[in-house]
Amino acid sequence: MARQGELRVEDVSKQFRVNGSELLVLDRVDLSVAPGEFLTIVGASGCGKSTLLRLIAGLDTDFRGGIALDGKRVTEPGLERGLVFQEPRLFPWLTVAQNVALGLLNAGLSKAAKRRAVLDHIALVGLTAFQDAYPHQLSGGMAQRVAIARGLVNRPGVLLLDEPLGALDALTRARLQDELQRIWAAERITMLLVTHDVEEAVYLGDRVVVMAPRPGRIAASFDVARPRPRDRTSAALAAVRSSVMTALEATIAAQVFDTPRGAPRPMAVARDFATAEGRV
Amino acid sequence: MKRMLRGMVLPVGLLALWEFASHAGVVDPRILPSLELVAHTAVNQVMHEGLLGNLAASLARDMAGFCIGSFIGVAIGTALGLSLVADRLFMPSFNGLRQIAILAWIPLISIWFGVGESAKVVFIAAAALIPVVLNTREGMRAASTQLVEVARALTFTRWQLVTRLYLPSALPSIATGVHLGLIYAWVASIGSEYFMTVGPGIGGLIIAGRERFQMDLVILGILILGIVGFAINLGASAIEARLMRWKPG
Repeated sequence: MARQGELRVEDVSKQFRVNGSELLVLDRVDLSVAPGEFLTIVGASGCGKSTLLRLIAGLDTDFRGGIALDGKRVTEPGLERGLVFQEPRLFPWLTVAQNVALGLLNAGLSKAAKRRAVLDHIALVGLTAFQDAYPHQLSGGMAQRVAIARGLVNRPGVLLLDEPLGALDALTRARLQDELQRIWAAERITMLLVTHDVEEAVYLGDRVVVMAPRPGRIAASFDVARPRPRDRTSAALAAVRSSVMTALEATIAAQVFDTPRGAPRPMAVARDFATAEGRV
Repeated sequence: MKRMLRGMVLPVGLLALWEFASHAGVVDPRILPSLELVAHTAVNQVMHEGLLGNLAASLARDMAGFCIGSFIGVAIGTALGLSLVADRLFMPSFNGLRQIAILAWIPLISIWFGVGESAKVVFIAAAALIPVVLNTREGMRAASTQLVEVARALTFTRWQLVTRLYLPSALPSIATGVHLGLIYAWVASIGSEYFMTVGPGIGGLIIAGRERFQMDLVILGILILGIVGFAINLGASAIEARLMRWKPG
């Protein structure tokens, strides 16, 4: 199947029920991702960015609006949308190769084709020597690479990455960012990465979308027209970083002074933040 | 090795004390026969009285009951662990029933299943079933919700969800249950031979020893029970370790 990977999110709103009252987490979000584009979303915690990714993945179908990949409406999880979580979430009783093969369980390929795809993708993330290792024998960074291979092995139209490097140490994180960039360049798969790290968002994205919290909505969008491979220390990237940072800070500042329920009392604001933190 | 040697200190010391007591006339040798007498009885039993046949009869009964009990136990435990409806319906009754000492069922089982071999096997199966059900259910419920989400994203079918996620993730817990079931089944095998109709088996041997006031025979029977139980435990641990290779540590 030819997969373009054009993702459209149209007018999507999502509510959660918290303690009996409806809470708006996503408010009329519009977003479109071009085939082969690397889009990154940054936002403060509680801005609904992970929720948005779950909706696109089809894990949660209770929302208003429409999500479509290559013109096909998303109504349930599907193999044309790969998903990588913040934790590797590997099956501990399976080896690296068996874990990657889970991505092809329902792909309808021949055994030989599956085997080849699994080996190819283990090689892609540089773990050929570890294909028979069990997850507990891997470092955090290696485990996350296995998760990326599992997300990619079915050649999805879009790979959704939900803060995939958030739990790693700084050094491993930088290496995996380079790795992601290399994989993206080699595979040309549409990627949608959610992060709270502005540097990561700017370094990896063709475009960076800033989301504002409560209710989650898109606040700004920045093109990062820099050739790859990119240099982290370049002045051009630093300039984009600072504009993204300014936009992000504005979303948080607006939150404090501009609550929907009239004049905020300090206590009420503090409580709001607490619930927002706890929720996402 | 050193640890094993340390573990041997107490049993060897007790044997020495036993030997001393029976020879020094501290206790009546009819009540506590000497080690040589027990050994002599053992050889005699093996050569002339069909001890191995008795042992085989007990073991066959044990295995039959254990296999039936643990198979049904895994099935019931899986159903209770995966279906909230089944759990709400049956778990309270199951919890109530298992408070009744297993030996209390013997009169009922004897009457319902006859006096022959089948009643004994049913009794042993019931004894093995209980820990298997409880541990299987526990293991199913402990499956990681994060992995369930991965399975959903990868479009697992219901069947794949059970065979590829729930069962393997419950396996350590099931193994614990089966291991306990194995021990309970062996205890129940001897219990069934004690309290149900007399037939071939180690339990029958011990009862015969008591009736003939042959303490050497009774002690021999008890030693065999211990050794077999020990061997079963050892074998089960080895199989468990092999199945759990993927576990850290």
